[in-house]
Amino acid sequence: MASFITRRLLQTFVVLLVMSFVVYGLMGLMPGDPVDIMAASQPGMTPEVMANLRAIYGLDQPLMVRYVRWLMAVLSGDFGFSRTHARPVLEVLTPALLQTCKLMLASFTLSVILSLILGIVSALKPGGWIDGFVSLFAFAGISVPIFWLALVLILTFAVGLQWLPASGMGQVGNFGFWDQVRHLTLPVLALTLANTGQFTRYVRAAMIETLQMDFVRTARAKGVGSWRIILVHALRNAMVPFVTIMALSFGSLFSGALVTETMFAQMGMGKMIYDSILSNDFNLALIGLLFATFTTLMANLLADLAYVALDPRIRLE
Amino acid sequence: MSTLDTPMAPSEGGKPRTVATQTIWALRWRRFRAHRTGVASLVVLALLVVFCLMAGPLEAWRGVDATQTDLFKRYQPISAEHWLGTDDAGRDVLARLMYGGQVSLLVGLLATIIGGVFGVSLGLLAGYYGGRLDNALMRLTDGMIALPLLPLLIVLGAVDLTKLGFSAEAAHSQSVAFWRIILIIALVDWTAIARIVRAATLSVKERDYVSASRGSGANALYIMARHILPNTITPIIVAFTLTVGRVILFESVLSFLGFGIVPPTPSWGNMLNNAQELVTTAPALAIYPGLLIFVTVIAVNFLGDAMQHAFDPRSEK
Repeated sequence: MASFITRRLLQTFVVLLVMSFVVYGLMGLMPGDPVDIMAASQPGMTPEVMANLRAIYGLDQPLMVRYVRWLMAVLSGDFGFSRTHARPVLEVLTPALLQTCKLMLASFTLSVILSLILGIVSALKPGGWIDGFVSLFAFAGISVPIFWLALVLILTFAVGLQWLPASGMGQVGNFGFWDQVRHLTLPVLALTLANTGQFTRYVRAAMIETLQMDFVRTARAKGVGSWRIILVHALRNAMVPFVTIMALSFGSLFSGALVTETMFAQMGMGKMIYDSILSNDFNLALIGLLFATFTTLMANLLADLAYVALDPRIRLE
Repeated sequence: MSTLDTPMAPSEGGKPRTVATQTIWALRWRRFRAHRTGVASLVVLALLVVFCLMAGPLEAWRGVDATQTDLFKRYQPISAEHWLGTDDAGRDVLARLMYGGQVSLLVGLLATIIGGVFGVSLGLLAGYYGGRLDNALMRLTDGMIALPLLPLLIVLGAVDLTKLGFSAEAAHSQSVAFWRIILIIALVDWTAIARIVRAATLSVKERDYVSASRGSGANALYIMARHILPNTITPIIVAFTLTVGRVILFESVLSFLGFGIVPPTPSWGNMLNNAQELVTTAPALAIYPGLLIFVTVIAVNFLGDAMQHAFDPRSEK
């Protein structure tokens, strides 16, 4: 077990290292470089000064040299400076991370609860009319472009009914709990609806399969109550594949969060990455992307550990 | 199909017995036709394709021009001249929807084919050769699956092509933008197909006819092309179909965010570029393109699901 975790952590580290190099290289291919951007705001800058600046910042060095230098700085805790925010990257990252956590945690929890209910109900009578409806809902969730879903929600609840605000995170000077909840409702709803579809399909498939297993028949024969069979005997076994899917969907959940945050002007990680790429804020984009990758890889590792907790037949070596 | 339904002799149940000479594809087609949602999806998709291909002829017949801007005719309501009104630049919305559909569907197909060919080759190699190669390729696939794809695609979409040696003119041309989005989506969306092909290859390569072929001196390439590929074709078709849906969603969100198909070429995604403005000024224009994406993708997903059932001999229906 311990060796398994060590090996996986090592793997995660390697993937992250490769990713950091790839993303660092890609950042160098973004339009302009830091000195070009400086020159844009100072028209008097001569080419000699620009060349000097490039030399000072090490931009004239080959990619590998720059990358190693950047990596050393990051490993020693220096994440660089955000150009657009005029603050250290870490100071910009932390509040954004908090905001994304709220959004993702809320919609992830809701998606799991909703998909468990819908998946179980439809697995009880496959082919029945409830199953038909749930299946339609699930396919709709998988197939809807999330930015358009957000638009429709804004049109309905913010512009039409005027129940909820269309964007922002709270009024200035009024960052109370309920105000935040009001501003989070539509983003969470959009992300939840889009995620529940995929989850529901997996719960349904896993439940249908487990409900046909011998141990379920045995439990039934022993006179165990039908809800106890469903919730304890079948669900626990159906959870094994479901947990993997949940963890593997972390990446797409983050992609969804990027779109939702952009649509509803929520200053989270997703919008931060998007804005930083738009505005050539290389340091911020780089760290933001790598952090998102790191979190996704960690989620995958957790899924493997959850396996063992849920299914004693699986042993990790 | 006539040979299928030709009665040979009445059997005991009064039902006509059919000739056993039908091909496997005829059988699959018959099973597919029993799926109402699958058939309906196929019809819907056919109608959508016809709708998009009608763009040119209908434009000529109605005497409108999808590229004709007219700032005096912005946001016109539905009229005899403009069947769905005009957009923010005074262009005919219906004509743009039809042309945009051509672009979105074409990107969906081409990116799937390119990514799919890559995924199929990878899956075949990993499954057939096994061992170290399999291990390395599958780690690559796992790593790819774990990544948050949308932020990565945004970075890839933001790369300045002049830094890769393209001329400034080429880098900003419409056709380069079109091929670039196809290639970057293909670059990340091959993992599902690779895994499915690998799994299918693993089971097929142990069959006797593969051993027989190897025994009679066939080389690996021949065996893969002649024996393994044809016998793994059904899961590949299903995976391709489901990938088309996902790719169309990727294209739409990237174009919407400004990193995909660049205006003036319309795509269903970039027609929503100014969605924030549309929500208050012309809500209907915010609905049409997204609705078309939604209908297309849900039809594709239902089609894939129906094919999966029709192709699987174990499924009951």
